[in-house]
Amino acid sequence: MTYTTSTLVLADGTTFEGYAAGYLPDDGCTTGEFVFNTALSGYQEIITDPSYAGQIIVFTYPHIGNYGVTATDSEAQRPHCRGVVVRELSELASNWRSEGSLESFLRDHRIPALVGVDTRRLTKHLRTHGALPGAFGHADVDEIAAAASRAVGTDETDLVTMVSTKSPYERGDGALHIVAFDYGIKATMVCHLAARFRVTVVPSSTSADEVRQLAPDGVFLSNGPGDPAALGANVTVVADLIDTVPIFGICLGHQLLSTALGATTFKLRFGHHGSNHPVQDLSTGRIEITAQNHNYAVVPDSLERGKVSHVNLNDGVIEGVALASERCFSVQYHPEAGPGPHDARYLFDRFDTLVRTGEMRAV
Amino acid sequence: MPRRNDITSIMVIGSGPIVIGQACEFDYSGTQACQVLRADGYRVILVNSNPATIMTDPATADVTYIEPLDADVLTDILERERPDALLPTLGGQTALNLTMELVRRGVFERLGVEVIGARPVAIATAEDRELFKAAMADIGLAVPESGFTHDVENAVTIAEAIGWPIIIRPSYILGGAGTGIAHDVETFRRLAAEGIAASPIHEIMVEKSIAGWKEYELEVMRDVADNCVVICSIENFDPMGVHTGDSITVAPAQTLSDVEMQAMRDDAFAVLRRVGVETGGSNVQFAVNPVNGERLVIEMNPRVSRSSALASKATGFPIAKIAAKLAVGYTLNEIQNDITKMTPASFEPVIDYVVTKIPRWAFEKLPGSTPELGTRMQSVGEVMAIGRNFAESLQKAVRSLEQGRPGFALGGSTEFADLDGDTLWHRCEVATPERLFALHEVMWRGASIDEVVARTKIDPWFIHQLAGIIERERELRNGLDIHDLDARRWRRYKQWGFSDPQIAEMTGALVDDVTSLRRRAGVVTTFKTVDTCAAEFEAATPYHYSTYEDSTEVVSSPRDRVIILGSGPNRIGQGIEFDYCCVHAAMALRDMGYETVMINCNPETVSTDYSTSDRLYFEPLTPHDVAEVIAAEQAACVDGARVVGVIVSLGGQTPLKLSHFLDSALVLGTPVASIDAAEDREQWSAICVSLGLRQPPGDVALTLPEARAIARQVGYPVLIRPSYVLGGRAMEIVYDDTSLGRVMNDLTSAHGSLAREGGVSANRPILIDSFLEDAIEVDVDAVRDQSGEIFIAGVMEHVEEAGIHSGDSACALPPQTLSAEVLAVLHESTERIAEALGVVGLINVQYAVKDEEVFVLEANPRASRTVPFVAKATGVAVAQVAVRVMMGQSLAELKTLGVVPTVATVRDYVCVKEAVLPFNRFPGVDIVLGPEMRSTGEVMGVGESFGIAFAKAQLAAGTRLPDKGQVFLSLADRDKVQGLVLARQLVELGFSLAATFGTAGYLRANDVTVATLVGKVGVADLGIDAVSMISSGDVHLVVNTPSGGGARADGAFIRAACVEHAVPCLTTLAAGFAGAKGIADTRAHGWRVRSLQELHQ
Repeated sequence: MTYTTSTLVLADGTTFEGYAAGYLPDDGCTTGEFVFNTALSGYQEIITDPSYAGQIIVFTYPHIGNYGVTATDSEAQRPHCRGVVVRELSELASNWRSEGSLESFLRDHRIPALVGVDTRRLTKHLRTHGALPGAFGHADVDEIAAAASRAVGTDETDLVTMVSTKSPYERGDGALHIVAFDYGIKATMVCHLAARFRVTVVPSSTSADEVRQLAPDGVFLSNGPGDPAALGANVTVVADLIDTVPIFGICLGHQLLSTALGATTFKLRFGHHGSNHPVQDLSTGRIEITAQNHNYAVVPDSLERGKVSHVNLNDGVIEGVALASERCFSVQYHPEAGPGPHDARYLFDRFDTLVRTGEMRAV
Repeated sequence: MPRRNDITSIMVIGSGPIVIGQACEFDYSGTQACQVLRADGYRVILVNSNPATIMTDPATADVTYIEPLDADVLTDILERERPDALLPTLGGQTALNLTMELVRRGVFERLGVEVIGARPVAIATAEDRELFKAAMADIGLAVPESGFTHDVENAVTIAEAIGWPIIIRPSYILGGAGTGIAHDVETFRRLAAEGIAASPIHEIMVEKSIAGWKEYELEVMRDVADNCVVICSIENFDPMGVHTGDSITVAPAQTLSDVEMQAMRDDAFAVLRRVGVETGGSNVQFAVNPVNGERLVIEMNPRVSRSSALASKATGFPIAKIAAKLAVGYTLNEIQNDITKMTPASFEPVIDYVVTKIPRWAFEKLPGSTPELGTRMQSVGEVMAIGRNFAESLQKAVRSLEQGRPGFALGGSTEFADLDGDTLWHRCEVATPERLFALHEVMWRGASIDEVVARTKIDPWFIHQLAGIIERERELRNGLDIHDLDARRWRRYKQWGFSDPQIAEMTGALVDDVTSLRRRAGVVTTFKTVDTCAAEFEAATPYHYSTYEDSTEVVSSPRDRVIILGSGPNRIGQGIEFDYCCVHAAMALRDMGYETVMINCNPETVSTDYSTSDRLYFEPLTPHDVAEVIAAEQAACVDGARVVGVIVSLGGQTPLKLSHFLDSALVLGTPVASIDAAEDREQWSAICVSLGLRQPPGDVALTLPEARAIARQVGYPVLIRPSYVLGGRAMEIVYDDTSLGRVMNDLTSAHGSLAREGGVSANRPILIDSFLEDAIEVDVDAVRDQSGEIFIAGVMEHVEEAGIHSGDSACALPPQTLSAEVLAVLHESTERIAEALGVVGLINVQYAVKDEEVFVLEANPRASRTVPFVAKATGVAVAQVAVRVMMGQSLAELKTLGVVPTVATVRDYVCVKEAVLPFNRFPGVDIVLGPEMRSTGEVMGVGESFGIAFAKAQLAAGTRLPDKGQVFLSLADRDKVQGLVLARQLVELGFSLAATFGTAGYLRANDVTVATLVGKVGVADLGIDAVSMISSGDVHLVVNTPSGGGARADGAFIRAACVEHAVPCLTTLAAGFAGAKGIADTRAHGWRVRSLQELHQ
């Protein structure tokens, strides 16, 4: 057993021990906000989800890496997270789709990993104390602790600009045209949109006028990392577009749309990160099992316009907002399902109908 | 959608006796359903023939019928109770088949009973392979290429069109009975014929074999609003080709990417919707081609199953309980998650550990069977283990099997060490109960992962994990000094699943040193929680497993607690009866105000339902694992609370063996020394002598010459039995020197049948006793309290004579032929033995009565297999009485409380317990009963007379006694005199007789008409051949008593033919007489059904 030992220290001083894996940073340390994800599969999609920018992902399922990695499963060209913490990182990748091991993938993309940690203790700590900033690495414990005390969370930080595309690009060849704001857009979302529309993916900084110049039939607001409260300018753009074009938002896009409709947002204690969250569609009463990845949510009763369309059955968090008269709706969770269950994919059809007919209909 | 108020009463059908393919899991699911429906205000009527279940406790349902699971009987009950609805999805295949039969008869329609949970059309679609195949085609899902037929020749045509290998699956069968794989036309013809015979509708599916593909199962649920969820995914370690019940399985799936997992999830829901399961749980099985991911649907069960019990235990999500609520109209979001108490059941559990299940087989008890695994299930039980990684869960699961293996890592000194390379590889390629250990040996010798994968088709991920364990094993064995280990290394070895005893063995250290050095390094056993949500929410329900991590989750409490040791995996000789006793212990202790702590590793059971006890530890039942739990519980005591003690006497041999490793002050009830005294030949004989009780003469032997000397002294036949074994393991009756030599050689050999159980030693000698021929055997169950008062709970008279294992023998309560004098002697002897042994709690004494003289055979100061039967037959919760006494209450006190009756009740009914044997699973195994127990389960018949109770018990066990037709008698010489009496009775009842030459000659000489003369098997010149006659359908009952000596003769062929053609076959004269009485009484009085609640009034 010739492993490099590695230590994790949270901002509150709590310490965990493990071994270094993946990329070993030169300074022996990585920092970020620790969040846990409970999904049993889909680690590659999670690690490459740009919404994790600034965060260190703790996987609650102990065996990660079992089926390797494959290019088509990546949600972005590279991971944006700051690190990965697991109990066991599989040395061997076993699946016909696999093109390599997760560990080499992490190394290639310079993502540090920490293995052998009591991830359940860490999860319980985060559950109780909330998502915490901290650090881990193979440097001296004192250095890690110092880094942890300096580490900052995601509050009031614009992480979107960092992950957004620098220039627009097009996908799909549908008759109708959609402009999709890339706040950190996942490849699976682009894929679902492109299956139905011609999509122009634009940088997060694109103005309302620039969008209008593209003459879209609909606008899509993507997921993305961080605190919606730090994105005032983006909210203004969305507010400007409301009622001029059908809008569909997911995750951060949902928070921006809700804010544009007058709502405020707050930070959940430890967020929702996983593939098993029950959400009820209030228009049909149906329950869908959803993939989720968010730390912030819309404050109940803070919406000035529109109504709540979906709620989380675990904790009552607002999961969707709709304003039929102004042809816009959004959900907090991930109907595109990359990874996660496909239960909510009907929302893309709902958007399709909205764009085609101007009507918001249950599908 | 809320609860349905248009229904007020619901009938639940159980699954009947424990058989291979249907075990305790249906007691678990049925009990949950009854409890949850009652809690919701429904009147629950339960029917099940198995008295050893918790579900047939009078307190589980409002009305409880212990009656045969038969369409006529069920119709009587339905007419009597007129329930609004029937829930058929919790009693396994038995309940589904019965429901379909009642549908065909139009009974539900006539009586206005609604079938809820799964509608008949859904059951038919899932169960009928042709309908299922068409349904899958409808929704665009692929199934293996196949065809259906009722005819062997047609089957051959289909098979040749598809190409070899071919799998044969009979329609409407349970646990894969009659299923097989054929690689050539010859084997195929045989299997096809067997399959057609096994199917109740005589239909088979001939299907392309996809052996070697990966196998998965999804446990899914659906509510009336069409909300669907996956509760658990399961991946089989053994690839396709081995029945999933016989496969090592792992939860969750390990080697599926999310893309594949979600596609499989979509398919599973599509199957659920297309088949039309409106509400409840189902399981859908898939095969995945490891080369290209091609996915096929294999089958679906529209009901809770063995897998759903496993999934419930693996995730903490109680599928059966939720299924019952869904059946009465609730939707998933209207039901609370039991464990978090704050989130709804409409979610998909996630786990942060790995679960491994390993089946347990009983081939050693079934001489003539081939220990090869295939598409028909043969295991009798299973263990489950939880670890934070696969290696830990696998090693814990191996320990849980109680087969003397401390884990997966065994070094080079195994039973495989002597095998040459080719033979060893063969053991790896062919699935057998021992394959996992053959894999160890081949990898220990240096086989590469790639080579093992190529030869076995087991997924490389699993093989790589095994290699990881072996790599650590090499480190440990290569002169590692445990004094050099730091905390990190200690922890890493522990996380690979090595137990302290294993590390001790590998490093040559003492176990105590390993434990103390490990603890000194700061590496202590921690307990984590099964919480359905991977710690996302707080868990209100303490369901724990051990692992080696930073922090432990056992919550301190100020209450005194009692630990109950469960009985581990089901096996022949130790099954559901002991689980029943452990559950009753938890009930009684809770009532008395103690905190209850259960330790067990059997995922099928009620005892491992997390709501049975205050805390559940899902752990191997080994001395070390149990000690760690006790230490954790002691550490969690605050404010003066303490671990009051450990209950070891209710779970069979497993906890008894553990009692030797416990602080004796912690053992509740009868002291360990007394248990040992009863097992120790010399001490026991001394007790009998001092009490003036007669025993069959005998002595103990370690060698053949010693055994010969004893046999010479007491005279043949003698009964040979090893000490400290279960269910008459390796017990035999021998009639001569040759047989004695054979048996002794096997028992004392290093590779003999006892080798893995520790062999023969001065501490574990072989007992050799004179065998009393034609004696009546009697079982007495009693409870003695600390004051010395005794409560005789039940006296059971066996139908079969002494010499047939009590577990395989039918018995009647109350006894039918014993005189008042004999009964008085039995009572008094039991009381004196209990006193001499200082029993506090249960004692079971077995007697043989010959010519009014009582011999003591053995005493077991612990719960016996018959405790639940006695409880059901008498209405006294015997196990609870015992536990209360063990905790210090007196019988006098319990009489005041009404727990124990003050006067012996006179009953107007008789109860008969009958054993259920697994022979239909093991073609080629002789069905003759003997001193080694082979039954897997039991049923109870209740009637106004012995005859009716016996006939009902026979029907419940699967043997319908005929009312007319021909009876074939083939009797051993020593049975001919009594056989004449039986023959006359049968003729009087209107049966015609067939008989073999010897028997016929004797009968004819005594003026009994024999209509058909039967010749030797294969010699048809003087009469019809016995086997041909049985297969022709002209015989309706066979009475065949084997001649002593054990040579396989015609009798074996006759009995095998009976099994094959499902002709009732009684193998003792005693059973023949009981059968005749059953036929006569049934004809004279008919049957009536009465609930336990009525009987016990």
